[in-house]
Amino acid sequence: MNPSSRLRPLVARAGLLVWCLTALPRAQAHIEHGEAGGFASGFKHPWSGLDHITAMVAVGLWGAQLGLPAIWLLPVVFPLVMAMGGFMGLVGIPLPGVEIGIGLSALALGVMVAAEVKPKHLVWPAILVGIFGLYHGHAHGTELPPGESGLLYSIGFVIATGTLHACGIAIGFIHRWKAGQIAMRALGGVIALVGAYFVWEAGRG
Amino acid sequence: MKRRWLLIIGALGLCPAAQAHLVTTGLGPVYDGVGHFFLSPEDVLLAVGVALFAGLRGPSAGRSVLVALPLGWLAGGLAGLFSDWAAVDGQVPSAVSLFVAGVLIAADAALPRWAVTIVAGLLAAAHGFYNGLAMREAGPVVAWLQLAGIAAALFILAALFSALVVALRRPAARIVVRVAGSWTAAIGLLLLGWAIRLRR
Repeated sequence: MNPSSRLRPLVARAGLLVWCLTALPRAQAHIEHGEAGGFASGFKHPWSGLDHITAMVAVGLWGAQLGLPAIWLLPVVFPLVMAMGGFMGLVGIPLPGVEIGIGLSALALGVMVAAEVKPKHLVWPAILVGIFGLYHGHAHGTELPPGESGLLYSIGFVIATGTLHACGIAIGFIHRWKAGQIAMRALGGVIALVGAYFVWEAGRG
Repeated sequence: MKRRWLLIIGALGLCPAAQAHLVTTGLGPVYDGVGHFFLSPEDVLLAVGVALFAGLRGPSAGRSVLVALPLGWLAGGLAGLFSDWAAVDGQVPSAVSLFVAGVLIAADAALPRWAVTIVAGLLAAAHGFYNGLAMREAGPVVAWLQLAGIAAALFILAALFSALVVALRRPAARIVVRVAGSWTAAIGLLLLGWAIRLRR
């Protein structure tokens, strides 16, 4: 059996699982008043803004460029710090310049990917990604619609964020080829341009 | 194989939204307990998290948790069952326990076997306590049986997930487990923020 035919059932099962989780009626183990949605709405939230998507994919791309152990360290750090930002947003702790911070995250991470920056110490990418994760999480925390099921929403939200990182890492597999490295750097450039646009937009607003 | 998958999808597609506290399984209190457990994502997440952590710490920790998790849950459940506490919302303790379990997995914390056992027992007791509070209305005998069902489900879940992780040899596979821990901690933190916001 060749590798692609071995992967096919796995991909089909993963697709079915995602469909089941998003399309089926939500379990209501502990009914709360005013629940409007749950897993599906949490899962959709991170996909709703290009600024969030570009930054999270860039985290995965940069991790792929940096190789081991950054490829797993960044996706471990980002959700944790993002949740910290989400917590701040939920309980009402203010964070100044959130929109500019989010735009800057896409810009800076895009530049890192475009220039294929490889810091000597892994702590610097982790700190950079962590700071930006705080801004993204805060924005999500303040935007959370009232009356949702907190737990199911959080599960969907975190899984979607992780999926976006995984997309970036999966794209990063092309890094092993010369043409792939160029394509990744070009993609980083596009992400940086998108980030610059969002910074400009946030500055205007 | 395809037919089996079609059957599963068909069954899932036809089933109504699960309502653990509103309907019974019709199979008796033990299965009601099992149903309650599997329809409570915060409980399932914690049990899986603790089992993953025990698996990361090796076979002996896995074996200890196999006992500590159901017994802790049962002890907490009985304490809740016979306590005078008013039924309270368990979101904050659930959130904190998920965060603790997630951080331990993500950091691959090198705790000794006894510490893993104590942590597992305490986290299980906290969740069991809130289960016990919720089950008081069913009466002591039925609630006992429901808790026994939960303990049996926990034993199986802990055995499956800790064995799965113990068997992992490739470092990349263990990293996937740690990423899952990071996600669990993130879910706990978001849930905590949510619970605090709801209380305001």
